[in-house]
Amino acid sequence: MKYFTRLRVRRLYEWRGEPLSFNRKLKTYEYGSLAIRVEGLPRTVVIKAGQHILIEGDDEDNPYVAKVMRLLGDESGAQKKAVVQWFVRVSEVPLGKLKLLGRVPHPQEIFLYQGRSCDDEVNAESILRPVQVKHLDAAAPFPDSDDKETLYVKLSWDSKAFGVVDSALVESGCNSPPCSKPSLPPSPPRSPPAAAPASRGPPRRALPTPDLTVMRRAAMAEVRCSRVSVSAGKAAAEAESLHSATKLSASKCLSAKRRGLSARTPGVRKKLQLNSECEQASPGSRPANPPETKEEALNRLLDEEMQAVASSPPRSPTLTYSLTPLRRADRAHAAQDASRSEAFGVLLLKAATPSRRKDPKPVKEPALGVLAEVDDEGSPVLPVAATPRSSRRKSALKVSSRIRKQLSLLDGQLDSDGEDEDEFVPSKKELQSSSEEEEEGDGEEEGLDSDEDVVAKRSRGAAGCRTPRSSRKTRLSNRTPRKTPSRKSAPGTPRTPRNAMPSIPSRALPARQPANVLEEARTRLHVSSVPESLPCREQEFQDIYSFVESKIIDGTGGCMYISGVPGTGKTATVHEVMRCLQHAADMDEVPPFCFIEINGMKMTDPHQAYVQILQKLTGQKATADHAAALLEKRFSNPAPRKETRVRLVDGLDLLWTRKQNVMYNLFDWPTRRHARLVVLTIANTMDLPERIMINRVASRLGLTRMSFQPYGFKQLQQIITSRLNRLKAFEEDALQLVSRKVAALSGDARRCLDICRRATEICELSASDPSALGLVGMSHVMEALNEMFSSAYISAIKCASTQEQLFLRAVIAEFRRLGLEEATFQQVFVQHQALCRVEGLPPVSMSEGLSLCQRLGACRLLLLESSRLGILQRVRLNVSQDDVLFALKAD
Amino acid sequence: MSKRKGKDTHLPIGECITQAQQILRERFCQRKLPDRPEGVEAQHRRLLELLRRTAIHGESNSVLIVGPRGAGKTTLLRCVLRELLEDKDVQKNLLQVHLNGLLQTDDRIALKEITRQLQLENVVGDKGSFAENLAFLLEALKKGDRSSSRPVLFVLDEFDLFAHHKNQTLLYNLFDVSQSAQAPVAVVGLTCRLDVLELLEKRVKSRFSHRQIHLLSSLTFPQYLERVRAQLSLPDHFPDPNFAQEWNADVKTLCEDKSVEEVLQRHFNSSKDFRSLHTLLVRLTGISPLVAVGSTRVIEHPVWNNPFQLPCLCRVSVSKPSIRPADLLDASRLCLADAKANMLHGLSILELCLVIAMKHLHDVYEGEPFNLQMVHNGTPTHLKEEGGGGEKERGFFSCFFCRTRLPRLEFKKFLQRKSNSMYNFEQPVVMKAFEHLQQLELIRPVDGSSAKTQREYQLMRLMLDHSQIMEALQKYPQCPTDVKQWAMSAFA
Repeated sequence: MKYFTRLRVRRLYEWRGEPLSFNRKLKTYEYGSLAIRVEGLPRTVVIKAGQHILIEGDDEDNPYVAKVMRLLGDESGAQKKAVVQWFVRVSEVPLGKLKLLGRVPHPQEIFLYQGRSCDDEVNAESILRPVQVKHLDAAAPFPDSDDKETLYVKLSWDSKAFGVVDSALVESGCNSPPCSKPSLPPSPPRSPPAAAPASRGPPRRALPTPDLTVMRRAAMAEVRCSRVSVSAGKAAAEAESLHSATKLSASKCLSAKRRGLSARTPGVRKKLQLNSECEQASPGSRPANPPETKEEALNRLLDEEMQAVASSPPRSPTLTYSLTPLRRADRAHAAQDASRSEAFGVLLLKAATPSRRKDPKPVKEPALGVLAEVDDEGSPVLPVAATPRSSRRKSALKVSSRIRKQLSLLDGQLDSDGEDEDEFVPSKKELQSSSEEEEEGDGEEEGLDSDEDVVAKRSRGAAGCRTPRSSRKTRLSNRTPRKTPSRKSAPGTPRTPRNAMPSIPSRALPARQPANVLEEARTRLHVSSVPESLPCREQEFQDIYSFVESKIIDGTGGCMYISGVPGTGKTATVHEVMRCLQHAADMDEVPPFCFIEINGMKMTDPHQAYVQILQKLTGQKATADHAAALLEKRFSNPAPRKETRVRLVDGLDLLWTRKQNVMYNLFDWPTRRHARLVVLTIANTMDLPERIMINRVASRLGLTRMSFQPYGFKQLQQIITSRLNRLKAFEEDALQLVSRKVAALSGDARRCLDICRRATEICELSASDPSALGLVGMSHVMEALNEMFSSAYISAIKCASTQEQLFLRAVIAEFRRLGLEEATFQQVFVQHQALCRVEGLPPVSMSEGLSLCQRLGACRLLLLESSRLGILQRVRLNVSQDDVLFALKAD
Repeated sequence: MSKRKGKDTHLPIGECITQAQQILRERFCQRKLPDRPEGVEAQHRRLLELLRRTAIHGESNSVLIVGPRGAGKTTLLRCVLRELLEDKDVQKNLLQVHLNGLLQTDDRIALKEITRQLQLENVVGDKGSFAENLAFLLEALKKGDRSSSRPVLFVLDEFDLFAHHKNQTLLYNLFDVSQSAQAPVAVVGLTCRLDVLELLEKRVKSRFSHRQIHLLSSLTFPQYLERVRAQLSLPDHFPDPNFAQEWNADVKTLCEDKSVEEVLQRHFNSSKDFRSLHTLLVRLTGISPLVAVGSTRVIEHPVWNNPFQLPCLCRVSVSKPSIRPADLLDASRLCLADAKANMLHGLSILELCLVIAMKHLHDVYEGEPFNLQMVHNGTPTHLKEEGGGGEKERGFFSCFFCRTRLPRLEFKKFLQRKSNSMYNFEQPVVMKAFEHLQQLELIRPVDGSSAKTQREYQLMRLMLDHSQIMEALQKYPQCPTDVKQWAMSAFA
């Protein structure tokens, strides 16, 4: 019964009960619950709004997780839909982004999805079954239970960063349906909900419909703050948690309001104001309080606290229940009093670093107050401490319940202090740990050095013992893409190759920096140095950019075919486009997307394309067939939560198979309705689709094509100039010569750069005095050009031995005699003997003749058959006869 | 030539000779590197600079060293590496990967070898598939960057063979790494093919830097002579300076000898490279060549298969501590001797007769293939005719004599002169002889007419030339004159 899908059962979906409401515009009925019956089994599963469910997805083992918000059906009842709030599994978060988490994700961890690019309406018939989802505080450890069915939420994910999750968002729904019960931790008797059982009884039971007074209060709070935009669902959720204590409820309202505030106003000033508001409001439940100054609030707080202390009756077990709210309140005051300065001072200091660090992250929602002390402590330090504090709700719950037990035994003032300490300890720890993490996160650069040390140690033969430091690094390297230490597994902890990351060891000594102008020029002219911008490809850049951008914005898919001879900047331009788009996505100008690159030349087999795509998408490893099936499923299923993927397929011609199914799939996926896939393909020949593709493939590729023309000489010149970046190393004429020559031959920018580099070398060599280096002139460039472009055949013939030259002449003589361009060795050898006699050289033996012939054949001056044929092998010239005669005559 | 002065030296003469032989053996057989590159200084400097830049500045490069076989490509590279590794910085940093196209015959093996030589095996494990290995290696190289990773030197011997690997995946990836901001690599290819660039796929070619270092020797004969002298001379640090001086003087006079010069000139005309020179000198000094050279050489010079010819070369002995011109002549004669002709000396008379018959067939039909039946009908016919019953069996062979208008009378006369006993062979015996010839690869079946046809009718071609047969006949010990004459007769 683990997974229904495994059983391949048929499920029947039925509405239960009458529709709750009818939407006239959309003509949809809203239902309260949905019954899922598995054919052949008597059991019926009921899904209600607010419940967590599993939804059929690409991966049978990891179905999607979501929370049902509403259940909708159309008039005919044929279509059943559900509006859901999505959660993402670890596997759905892009690998690269998982590093942001900064820790190893728990296998059962899920994240609340807050991204925009996702359709929250799903077919209700894709619902598999309900699932338990527990909210955990960020700091709380994952429970070690064998229960594989429960999933845990700690953080939210908005496709860029992780954020803190509001427990209400996760668990509020869980309060009503039966399934949610176990998801709450077994609440201690004095936990807030149970604190005042007598008085709170009825509203507690009526939880799903929050009581009106609380609602009103929450609404008032909102109105007062002019933050109307908190969603009804949120308000309700808050309200639910507000029910527990009357005295508390006001502060809860405040916290709700504060949440509204801070969610919207990241500015510090607003928060400060909010802060004071909280302080004003929290002591007494006076929502309509006029604004007070801080001192006033403080005074009032003190007064009230005095009263509270005075009025607190002697402790007795029977009374504790009813008294708890009061005491909590006074404890709160005490906390405020005693620790205001402390909290401000200490916490501010500690929190300063991490919270500033975390600024770029989306605003964390502060804790929705479950406990008074959380609120009270939270309020004075909210602007800074909100982030870490709010993330440990579960632990706070436990801790506070424990503390409350102690509290019942001890006296108010003192233990409130002690408890205060208690309360601060975990947060301190957390702050430290987070700041530590941050430190290491940004200490990447310096980390490199230490990393080097580690590697150096390892390379010195100590590869065996792994230092604890390096193992920590390994874990960390999840977040630091540039680091490489995880590649080497220590023998002590044998790792599967799956996790191993290979790398070339670091060098013992740093690379030397260029010393003079020519060396500098050479570095800049190296093909590998990525230029800031790509000159001369502006038009192509624009075209590709707008193509991809439009597809991403529309959320559709498409293909583009890019052709051009090697070295015309195709791949570089596409990468440039992707860099720009990524930047735009980071700046929120376009929706987020992910970019995958595969290269036919870097694959051993066309079918490996599937494996690589799958691995880059999800990090899974699979065989080619399995990967193809998984991808097929992934792209064809209406999986709503999907960002656009841009895929670059380099070296398309190498993905050719006899049935062309690889290419077919590559181009078919973008056409699927739900795929959201943009495919850019690169190949060299312009008419590749017509030449090698069968019709159904070519048709899917579409007609969006672009051809990169070889660079002209002006463009090449511009490329070199822009790379040199006003470094004066070349004469103008020399540059022009290079560019003209290359433009005439191939238009390959790589060639051009290589020639320039070679010319700098020649210049450096020719300079007699290393201090007085001249510019690279025409002569140097000419020499480089000659080296690279001239064929060596003629000089090879000139340098051949006398007999070899004679043999070449014999070959030509025999060709002339036969009138054919081919002769057997035997025939040529006869000519050779004759020529020897003419030249007055001692005749060579047959063996010697054969070895002459083989030597010429090895250089490919002659083309020979296999040498096993001996004298019967046929001989052809690989050079033109004129070249041979020219080379021989020149002597 | 030289008088012994053994008694004055510090070392006994035998010791000296052993030492001298030791030195020469290292030079010729164990491929000891010369102290400095000779004749290729410019190339040496260029390659050294290039590799040094990779090792020290972390600049990626690719280069091809092109030159005919035996021109010293590997020697050059080894010299450069030796010099490069003298630098401590380089020694600590540089990783080397040596691949050979003859050993790593496909990319899968090559990748395994690279992983092994980079000592990444423990990470990869043995299980990884080819695809995984490739991804793994590329990942490794991609992780590095110019300034922090150790530079890797890839040496691809027999570079042209790598170009025949499927899709040239390995070459593409190596060159791609060398052209992108990844771990610094230097790819050095060694090849003897001048057209190697045409073998590269266009994308691979574009990524190759087009640096080629050509090793073409423009040696003149005096330089060659000087080289021979230097090669044979003993170094200054020889333990017994007197002996060394004497020996060197001997070598000098040897090189000035007219006949020696002639021999060397002939070798020089044939080939200028060091390796063939070494072959000659190896023979000269009597060092067993089989120690030094691979099997290919042995096949090229089948004389070495004959164990009787080796000992005569070890002439530098206690009694005669110098090389005489006659030794060189002998060595040269061995070097230049025709292999196939030598093989003919080992044939029996019957086999020789078959060869001659084939030669006649070959002449008449101008190289058309023949089968055993044709040959058999040719040979035994005239061998048997004098036995009486020949007339009806006289087949093809005699017919062609008619057709070629050879005077039949003369032919018959030739037959009658033969003795009866000697040439009476049964068919199976002839068959056996024929197969032996095939095993020796003196004849080989025509392609395509292989298994299906009966053995007697399988078409064959003769792998010998006239000149070789005639030469062999001249030297064949106690060759019957009538056979000789018969062989000559067809030329008429």
